[in-house]
Amino acid sequence: MATQEVALQGKKELAPSQERTEAGKFYSPYTDIYETNDAVVVAMEVPGVERSAIDIRLDKGVLTVTGNVDPKRYEDVAPIYSEYNVGNFVRSFTLSTKIASDEISASVADGVLTVRLPKAKEALARRIEIK
Amino acid sequence: MVLRIGDPFATLLSVQRAMDNAMQRDWFGPLTSGRGAYPPVNVFERGEDFEIVAELPGVKKEDLDIQVKGATVRIHGKKTVEYSDQASAHRRERVGGEFDRTLTLPAQIDAAKVSADYRDGVLTLKLPRAESERPRSVTIN
Repeated sequence: MATQEVALQGKKELAPSQERTEAGKFYSPYTDIYETNDAVVVAMEVPGVERSAIDIRLDKGVLTVTGNVDPKRYEDVAPIYSEYNVGNFVRSFTLSTKIASDEISASVADGVLTVRLPKAKEALARRIEIK
Repeated sequence: MVLRIGDPFATLLSVQRAMDNAMQRDWFGPLTSGRGAYPPVNVFERGEDFEIVAELPGVKKEDLDIQVKGATVRIHGKKTVEYSDQASAHRRERVGGEFDRTLTLPAQIDAAKVSADYRDGVLTLKLPRAESERPRSVTIN
C-alpha cells in the first residue's frame, strides 16, 4: 500500500464571531464525527491538554468541549523559533440525534479526545420487517 | 525573552505573545531546515540548551522514531486515524499518514544526553549543546 504523507493543516484559530471575555487565542480542534448503529462518536485533537483540564458539557442538545493547556510547561524558556502557537481549545456542536445523556462516556489518548454519545432509545434505527 | 510566569491569568497570553514574536523569526537562516513540513515545531532555549516541541495528536508513542546526529534531529513517524467498519462519517477533518522531518540546529548537540518526552500528544525533545559549543570564560592576564 502506498503511504500517504500527513498534510500540514495549521491550527484553526477561533472565528471572531465567537468572541470571548478572556484575552488570548482560542483554537478550534480538528474533529471527526461518525455514527455507529447505537452511538454518535466525536474525536477531537487537543494536544497538550491534560485529562483533568478537559470539560465536556451537553446542554439543550449542544455539546461543548473545552480544553485548557497548561502554560506552566513554558516556564523559564525563551521562544527562539515558532511555527505554531498554543491556546485553549473550544468547540460546540448542535446534535441532531437524541442522546442518552446519562450514558455519555469519554476517553483521551495521545492528545485525542473521544466522546461517545449513545443514542436515546427513541432515536435508535429500527429495521422494518416487510410482511 | 525568558518567560517568567507569575500572574496565572496573564500567563497564557504572555506565552502566546512571545510565540507570535518568534513566529516572524527566520532562525534557521541559511540552513536547510525550513517551515512548511509536518510536524510544525517550536524551538525554545532553556539556559544553554535547546528544546524542540511538536504537537502530534493521534500519534502513538511506539510509532515515533527520533534520531539525533551532530546538529541534526530527525522526527519520523506515523499518524493513524482509524474507525470501525460500521461507522458512517458525519465530519472528517483529521488527517493521518506518515511524516519525516529533519531539522538542523545552528549548534552541535550532545546526542548521548538528548531526552524525549511524549505526553498528551505533545513531543518535547531536550537537546543539550555539545561540550565543544559551550562558552568558556577567558581570563585576562
